[in-house]
Amino acid sequence: MKVMGYKKSSLLQLLVLVIRRDLVLAMRRRADVLTTLVFFVIVVSLFPLGVGPELGMLRKMAPGVLWVAALLASMLSLGRLFSADYQDGTLEQMMLAPQSLSMLVLGKMIAHWMVSGLPLVLMAPVLGLQFDMSAQPLGVLIIGLLLGTPILSMIGAIGAALTLGLRGGGVLLSLLVLPLCIPVLIFGTGAVEAISSGLSVASHLSLLGALLVLSLVFTPLVVAQALRISME
Amino acid sequence: MLEVSNLACSRGDHRLFCGLSFSLKPGQIMQLQGENGSGKTTLLRALCGFMMPDEGEVLWHSENIRHMGEDYCSEILYLGHLNAIKDELSAVENLCISAGLSGFVLKENDAIAALRHMGLRGREALPAKVLSQGQRRRVALARLMVSDAKLWILDEPLTALDVGAVALIQGLIAEHLENQGMVIFTTHQPFRVAGMEMHSLSLS
Repeated sequence: MKVMGYKKSSLLQLLVLVIRRDLVLAMRRRADVLTTLVFFVIVVSLFPLGVGPELGMLRKMAPGVLWVAALLASMLSLGRLFSADYQDGTLEQMMLAPQSLSMLVLGKMIAHWMVSGLPLVLMAPVLGLQFDMSAQPLGVLIIGLLLGTPILSMIGAIGAALTLGLRGGGVLLSLLVLPLCIPVLIFGTGAVEAISSGLSVASHLSLLGALLVLSLVFTPLVVAQALRISME
Repeated sequence: MLEVSNLACSRGDHRLFCGLSFSLKPGQIMQLQGENGSGKTTLLRALCGFMMPDEGEVLWHSENIRHMGEDYCSEILYLGHLNAIKDELSAVENLCISAGLSGFVLKENDAIAALRHMGLRGREALPAKVLSQGQRRRVALARLMVSDAKLWILDEPLTALDVGAVALIQGLIAEHLENQGMVIFTTHQPFRVAGMEMHSLSLS
């Protein structure tokens, strides 16, 4: 007895399949999603408590604190990006998929961002209020995070793929990835500082946008290659 | 046709086998034999293209699989030690996603039919984490029914299966061979497919 699938699925269907699969898995393991978000909220909230209620200083340090916290929070979830699939053998099946592995990887990265990056972006305006940020810098911060957090997910995916299956890979992963995220941090915080001092934010945000486009094009290929190396 | 010529593989510094040559024609089945650690899994992984052999090459229809890339992937079905089953997903979801990854759109009804054939009636919608080891293996083996791959590469497919499930697998393999498919597998259990000549290859 043979039960056959009907037609060959297209690349887009495959992308949707992978994203939907990872989102369903994330929804059924909600604790993982919440830890990232709660970590972000707690780290950001510690600063006003520790530094004291001087509004001028808080306003000045707000973009830096929010960006660094987002960076650290995104490191937390990176280890899980490929490890579950690696341990239960799904990754082997993905490498044998007749479509390109890069497309599957892109799907996984998009799903990872929706689960671990997007909630941070949505939470940021609330946290910004703790630092007495006004509407305009807050808006720029959100746009910056919206452009920047996918880059963090994608650069992080390279590290996650390279450290797959290593013992103590988590720490190594952060050491590998954090330095690579410095440009994102600089342009992201730079944009908020620029608008606060009345300058144009266009240059910072376009650079972030350019980084995003570059990562979208190149990181899936790099990650796919790194996964192949890790599987040998 | 699968041809292996002069293949050599090692794990770390340890050379597992060298100078290995064989071929597998449509309708043929081959069992790999050897002690634990003799390189059966390594050979199967090399046939899948997961690892680069130290020497020699694997040819599919006279073309090196290294150069075929994804075209070769659509010809093979690999079932390893790991079931590739997600605990959080139900048996049906697991099967539909596996089929999706191998390039098919599988309807839910067809997935249920395949799972029932594998003896999982009534358990299609349960999350895989409540299934027993043998039942999870059955879900993984249901992929054999929804694939059109020519070459099946099965690494100990019979682990954790009961007598009834082994008979099911024998039936699926016999049908696959009749349709000019090829099977290469390892097992430590006695395994025969009725009416088929079993080629065997011993690694030592």
